Amino acid sequence: MNSEITGVIIMFVASVALAIPLGKYIGKIYSGDKTPLDKIFNPIDKLFFKATGINPLQPMNWKEHLVALLTVNLIWFLLSMFVLMNMGWLPLNPDGNPGMSADLAFNTSISFISNTNLQHYSGESSVSYLGQLVLMLFQFISAGTGMAICATVFTAMKEKTTSELGNFYNFFIKSCTRVLLPISIVIAVILLFNGTPMTFKGKDQFISLQGDTVNVSRGPAAAMVAIKQLGTNGGGFFGANSAQPFENPNYFTNSIENIAIIIIPIALVFALGYILKRKRLAWMVFAVMTIGFLLLLLPSVYYEMKGNTAITKMGIVQPLGSMEGKEVRFGSAASAYWGITTTCTSNGSVNAMHDSFTPLTGMFTMLGMMINSFYGGVGVGFLNFYIFIIIAVFISGLMVGRTPEFLGKKIEAKEMKIAAIIALLHPFLILTGTAIASYIYAHNPTAYAAWLSNPGNHGFSEMLYEYTSASANNGSEFSGLGGNTPFWNISGGIVMLLSRFLPIIGPVAIAGILAKKKYVPESAGTLKTDTGTFGIMVFAVIFIIAALSFFPALSLGPIAEFFGMKH
Amino acid sequence: MKHHIFPAIRLTLICIVVFMGLYPLLILAIAKLAPAKGEGETVTLNNKTVGYKLEGQSFTKDNYFWGRPSAVGYNAAGSGGSNKGPSNPDYLKDVQNKIDTFLVHNPSVKKEQIPSELVTASGSGLDPDISLQAALIQTERIAKTRNIKKEKVEELIQTQKKQSINGIAMVNVLQLNMALDNLK
Repeated sequence: MNSEITGVIIMFVASVALAIPLGKYIGKIYSGDKTPLDKIFNPIDKLFFKATGINPLQPMNWKEHLVALLTVNLIWFLLSMFVLMNMGWLPLNPDGNPGMSADLAFNTSISFISNTNLQHYSGESSVSYLGQLVLMLFQFISAGTGMAICATVFTAMKEKTTSELGNFYNFFIKSCTRVLLPISIVIAVILLFNGTPMTFKGKDQFISLQGDTVNVSRGPAAAMVAIKQLGTNGGGFFGANSAQPFENPNYFTNSIENIAIIIIPIALVFALGYILKRKRLAWMVFAVMTIGFLLLLLPSVYYEMKGNTAITKMGIVQPLGSMEGKEVRFGSAASAYWGITTTCTSNGSVNAMHDSFTPLTGMFTMLGMMINSFYGGVGVGFLNFYIFIIIAVFISGLMVGRTPEFLGKKIEAKEMKIAAIIALLHPFLILTGTAIASYIYAHNPTAYAAWLSNPGNHGFSEMLYEYTSASANNGSEFSGLGGNTPFWNISGGIVMLLSRFLPIIGPVAIAGILAKKKYVPESAGTLKTDTGTFGIMVFAVIFIIAALSFFPALSLGPIAEFFGMKH
Repeated sequence: MKHHIFPAIRLTLICIVVFMGLYPLLILAIAKLAPAKGEGETVTLNNKTVGYKLEGQSFTKDNYFWGRPSAVGYNAAGSGGSNKGPSNPDYLKDVQNKIDTFLVHNPSVKKEQIPSELVTASGSGLDPDISLQAALIQTERIAKTRNIKKEKVEELIQTQKKQSINGIAMVNVLQLNMALDNLK
């Protein structure tokens, strides 16, 4: 039992230890400083700039950044819709899988462009290898988009008074070629040598030891699994995601993949410290995120290792903890750790079925997504945190009776309005979606029986989880939900679309507006934002806005289930 | 926006070439050096494939060790868990049935000896492993149906035991059953 917990501690410490130098490296890339790897990457980037006709030194203001981002995403959406609906007759389809219906293609396209990777399909039977490759492309470029726009905000925070915030394409291309690509290659190779397949051959067939005929799905999985973890995408090659033995062969690969899930979100915090030359601020942000993360993690590990109390009552021992939906080679502690990292970082890949987690672990995974900024997704996680910082600065300013300032810029009504709208958008989308779905279900439970595979509070949790995951751009699911219907595909698609782009537009607008303002040098009256006190303030804001707005919904779902099982 | 459409299309094209073309081709090339050339390692018996090393398979007969229950019936053309919630009454009934079935086939085993992974479905439906304890409690059934000494079966399990990095002692069910067939 103790060694299971040791395994978790090692994974976390290794992640942070690797994230600190990686963060410095990313900071150098965005600042345009020299790195030892320039010799390799300068020619590659030059190729990109030549092929696209982009001048990386052409500065853009915040509006141009957003237009560039939205335009390229629109092109990706059209490309994705075309391939997913037509892959039945397109090449690289040895298993003869059909094209997707329009509503499923809509959901899947938005899902992968928005870095969500919610999957209402199973890779083995519903996507051709070409489809998988296109989805893998989006796993690179949607992650690159998030990182690039985060770099835009970092640049805006750094500048004294300017409207020039660097070049979006430059940030984007360098995020993809200098961070995502090389690390993905390393991870893919590790996976290959542990048994993850990488082949374009179709299904294999054999006769098992007992005499059954078995078909085995294979495919170019190793390349995709690497970037799906690293880019906080989470969309698996196989239906069972990283619980599937090909995607995640053993405890070692599990640790590597889990480090990959969390490393860039943590590294970006340290990149912020490097770019702004404010290490203390980075450590304050890291500390708040880590404390929040641990508060979700510790009880989850405890409850999964303790096991399902209903099964204990049947007189069954659970030496490995609650094993429904889990794999023996990972055990309960590592599965709970994965569950919390994947939901806190907006990754959404799973190595255990979240639907079968014990009630409170299910709740903590949801809370991770509801808060969505304890590390958060690549790039966008920090943008969410930035919103909470702005609100905390404003409230603290009011409390001490001073003009609220952050990094030498006055925060005024306009910025606060944007911050408040973005902070409330997330609960609005989740709770409205869940309320509509519950209303439809409750008024005709027989007609919609296929929606839910569990009754009562847990069934409600399945719907709540779905919208939480969509709105957090997470992509994990309580998979008992029968998601592939026009209602879930379209409503989920809309939620993912809004919750991807509005929380990008908002923080970029705030940062852009602040960057243009006059710089006010720090004085004795300035509220210090790199202190423990301010960290507590940010934490309180997050707790009040993010956690408490969901308390009523959570009490109808996992909390009620938890107390129901006590009897 | 007009300003950005052509760079966006050209950017998409070069991304397709690099991330959808060159990157997977590089990994594919490296895969040729990996075990089984990246096509998935197989387990063979008399030159015939009888399974994949990483994926579990269905064992229902009494003369073989059983693996974990599977929500997809060990059909490796798909994968998935049961997705049943911990308090679902139908699910709990199902677990009870699995306990009862196990006890019928293993009359010498007491209920409190059954570790939970033998009556709960795995995440992938293809879990290749069970814990050491889950193998040991099947010893008597195997010994009886195969007419071999119990000690010999226990010895066999111990030789197949592997320790995961996280300290869980487990056995691969397919490997164990193949070794069992070799005992004769």
